[in-house]
Amino acid sequence: MAWKDLVVERRSKETLNSLLFFSLALLFVFQFTLGPDRERLAAVLPGVLWLGFILSSVLGLGRTFMVERDNDCWEALLLAPGDKSAVYVGKLVACLALMLVVEATVLALFTVFFNVDLGPALPGLALVIVLGTLGIAAVGALFAAMTSQVRARELLFPVLLLPVLVPVLLGAVKATEALLLGESLASVAHWWQLLVAADVVYIVVGLLTFDVILEG
Amino acid sequence: MMTHEALIEVVGLVRLFGATRVLDGVSLTVAPGEAVALLGPNGSGKSTLLKIVATLLRPTRGTVRVLGHDCVRQAEAVRAGLGLIAHGAHVYDDLTALENLRFWATLGGLPADHERLTAALDDVALERYAGMRVRTFSLGMKRRLALARLSLGRPRVLLLDEPFAGLDQRGRKWLATRLEAFKAGGGAVLMATHSFGRELEIADRLAILAGGRVVLDTLRAALGADDVQRLYAAHTEEAS
Repeated sequence: MAWKDLVVERRSKETLNSLLFFSLALLFVFQFTLGPDRERLAAVLPGVLWLGFILSSVLGLGRTFMVERDNDCWEALLLAPGDKSAVYVGKLVACLALMLVVEATVLALFTVFFNVDLGPALPGLALVIVLGTLGIAAVGALFAAMTSQVRARELLFPVLLLPVLVPVLLGAVKATEALLLGESLASVAHWWQLLVAADVVYIVVGLLTFDVILEG
Repeated sequence: MMTHEALIEVVGLVRLFGATRVLDGVSLTVAPGEAVALLGPNGSGKSTLLKIVATLLRPTRGTVRVLGHDCVRQAEAVRAGLGLIAHGAHVYDDLTALENLRFWATLGGLPADHERLTAALDDVALERYAGMRVRTFSLGMKRRLALARLSLGRPRVLLLDEPFAGLDQRGRKWLATRLEAFKAGGGAVLMATHSFGRELEIADRLAILAGGRVVLDTLRAALGADDVQRLYAAHTEEAS
């Protein structure tokens, strides 16, 4: 499933292109709004970074099951014998890979736009971003399946997704803030442990409920 | 009406969508080696009936058994033995024909070795297009690829919704030949169609749906195209 989604995305580039342009536009807006004031920037940069990640995620994850609508592949997924949680894991892996590509690009642009030196904080930041993204992808793949067959999916998807992601956003923003201020990864252990716990809960819930959600 | 050998048994099937009674006590059987054509005007419930038999929709009342398994309680067992071709071909446009077969075989836990997949493509005369993206395929080629996909799982029951729609004469003839071969192998076919043409010749029985009920269930062999038209008009007008 993950292989299929990534091959389809590599060939169509529908989601990747729109996410990259969207993120670029977002960074431009933030850059012009915040200006060069270093003190002001330092206070808002973690929020700006994760706002960029979460908005592009909402845009990308909402399209996760759109590919299954073409030629009614959704029906064939339902009819395929076997454990449907494999479909969830595949979608989760594909979403995670796609989001990490977008986030890596956004992070690179972020350092250029805001003239930030991420060097010492990069390993810790990478861990926090992967953990945060895993949580977003785990919930996103589940809710994308839930809303893919309803008419108001573009409205319903973020309404369902964002409140559930509060622990992830809280942990990710706070850990990112501390790491950008030069603190060590050990000093923000409670935040990335919160991310790990949220990821485990989201993935387990996804595995247990995906079959029911797919069957409608 | 029910037989122990029937591969599809529908008894007293009722399906409501809100207050609308789309199916109202439908009973129908399809035996091994038999093809039943479902005829009926738009909205008569043909596609709904197929979706319930395919386990994609739940009945409001009544029982549906496929290969002896209950379509609600034993959906997984039913799915293992049936193939559905509905309006979509169930293939991904941005994958090649071979990649599509590999994906569906892997997902279904079936062997996905290259020889087996190319043999399936060869069987539907698509081996020359194995490496081409499905986006470039005609509707007829997509239908053939859908049949190749189904053949990997060796289903005993085929559910077809307008199988001849969009096919040219050659494609229709090819599909009819394939379905005859499937029947000869002991498979059962239930197909919904609006066509009264030569495609109906593969059907052993005709069932006319109107007003949510089977208003006529008859052998097809003795009927010419004009007879079918006449019966259809008489029963659907009467029901409406």
